[in-house]
Amino acid sequence: MAKSLDLINARIRDGSARVVTADEMPAIVDELGEEGALAEVDVVTTGTFGAMCSTGAFFNFGHADPPIRMERVWLNDVEAYAGIAAVDAYLGATQEAVSRDQVYGGAHVLEELVAGGTVELRATSHGTDCYPRRSITTELLLEDMNQAIMVNPRNSYQCYNAASNATDRTLNTYMGTLLPQCGNVSYSGAGTLSPLVNDPGFRVIGSGVPIFLAGAEGIIVGEGTQHSAGGGFGTLMVTGDMKQMRQEFLRAAVMNGYGVTMYVGVGVPIPVLDTGIVRSTAVRDEDILTEIIDYGTPRRDRPSLARVSYADLKSGSVEIGGETVRTSSLSSYRRARAVATELKDWIERGKMELALPTRRIDPAKRAKPMRETAVTPRVRDIMNRQVISITEDEEIRVAAKRLLKDETNHLPVLDGNGTLVGIITTYDVSKAVVTDGRLRQVKDIMTRNVIKTTPDEPVDVAAQKLEQNNISALPVVDATNRVVGILSAIDLGKLFGGRRRR
Amino acid sequence: MKLLLTFSRKGRADPGREPVIARVVKETGVLINVEKANIDSMAGEVLIDVPDSSADQIRRRLEDLGVSVRVMENAIARDEEECVDCGACISICPQEVFSFDAEWGLSVRAERCVLCGKCIRACPHGALSQQG
Repeated sequence: MAKSLDLINARIRDGSARVVTADEMPAIVDELGEEGALAEVDVVTTGTFGAMCSTGAFFNFGHADPPIRMERVWLNDVEAYAGIAAVDAYLGATQEAVSRDQVYGGAHVLEELVAGGTVELRATSHGTDCYPRRSITTELLLEDMNQAIMVNPRNSYQCYNAASNATDRTLNTYMGTLLPQCGNVSYSGAGTLSPLVNDPGFRVIGSGVPIFLAGAEGIIVGEGTQHSAGGGFGTLMVTGDMKQMRQEFLRAAVMNGYGVTMYVGVGVPIPVLDTGIVRSTAVRDEDILTEIIDYGTPRRDRPSLARVSYADLKSGSVEIGGETVRTSSLSSYRRARAVATELKDWIERGKMELALPTRRIDPAKRAKPMRETAVTPRVRDIMNRQVISITEDEEIRVAAKRLLKDETNHLPVLDGNGTLVGIITTYDVSKAVVTDGRLRQVKDIMTRNVIKTTPDEPVDVAAQKLEQNNISALPVVDATNRVVGILSAIDLGKLFGGRRRR
Repeated sequence: MKLLLTFSRKGRADPGREPVIARVVKETGVLINVEKANIDSMAGEVLIDVPDSSADQIRRRLEDLGVSVRVMENAIARDEEECVDCGACISICPQEVFSFDAEWGLSVRAERCVLCGKCIRACPHGALSQQG
């Protein structure tokens, strides 16, 4: 027996609605069955609390006297976008202040305002007949602004990849610190409590639906940017009044080596209208699958190391290639629960009624990669194809001669089959000479762990390898580890001289 | 119990040149676990772990030998106002200092900490700091 939204709202008004949090739903359905759960439960509340970079707010500061048409605006030295009407600006969470010692950004300003702190507004203008003023500096509290409207273009991801790192060095990413050689896994998302996981068909989550946003009664604008529900990565654009928000659910954060982000609490109430919704809200951590992605691959399409469920991730460790790897959550499950619990309380007390979407969000839409009109330069475009190499059994003296004759500083070392097994440099040869002369062959002095590249690797990625390893050349190898070229720091200059091959 | 030993390398009475830890182990028979050591030209710092029952004895003996000793009771401090119980620290700690309790709150076993500092940098909320 389906239920109408009017019936649910009538129950909310008279205080008889049965509201549960999404993590309670699986057990209720187990006990009562789908029909029983439909009769019993009116609303399921969801919640998530995690890093959401795509967060920010529109402000209206009111007019000064004489008035100013703000062209550039800073709040505590963090620049806000002011290319809108005279005293309006949008401050993004990830924008960073230039003048501070510590990493400080838009997220810190937003948190400071919600916490009741003072923020310095600075603005400049070229002055017009109607707005003669050219600069202003003033201190503002949140209550001094006419509006402070949070508008987050992309929050509340349906699901997110977990991250690991197969390279030999620690990576600092937006997914936190990733230890070398798959030393750890980090993940984000509240699993069973996540809003979109409980309505993957976007039946009741859509434009105009009331939500919990950082402690305020917010609303869903519609699909979020990069919404890709067809691939399991739906997002929401949400808005709410910052003046109602609480610091507990809006926290600035800094990802070491990456930058500023903002932790936001979002909760969506789901009206239990029929057994289809009973089923989708009974989702368990075991049912929610995600991939562990190797963030060591600096490309858009990164390889998957393993497929796991949120139950696996939350257990504290997962298996990758037969080894047990510890997991870290970046989002807070405890605070996600606090979001869902507070939203439940609002509805039980009749503070919030529910609404159906005024416009549906497309559950099949997929985000596209960027169309790039300029071809990204690849290693093959600038590499040196005349490779001078040496075999591992040659004498060091031969290597020295070859380095001199060909005026190169690097010799890739090949085995009998012509595959790359090492590299030697003029430095290695010099070092061998000043030692006691026990070392005779190339293989005694070569570096075996060769940092290398491939012909189709983007030059930007190869250049980063040179920089990170403090080296000046990379052998270029094909799929069978045969050397097809060498890329030296000097070749990078070809990008600027128009000498790269087309 | 963890003790942080500081050796000044200035002047003649430089315990940094003497095998003081080995001497104390030999004299007392107490097993000392060296967990971390940083030595530079002016000073040396060694973190050792000793059984609680012998901590006082070891401390006094090392001080006699010219080493400054500090008891590290809460090596890592967590600011509960800043911490949001995310758990970003859990998997990067080599000592398994951090874990979730049954209610998904962060629990900290500070006595395991060897002051590597990884969690301090990794905490997105700046909630972790080193004592002292």
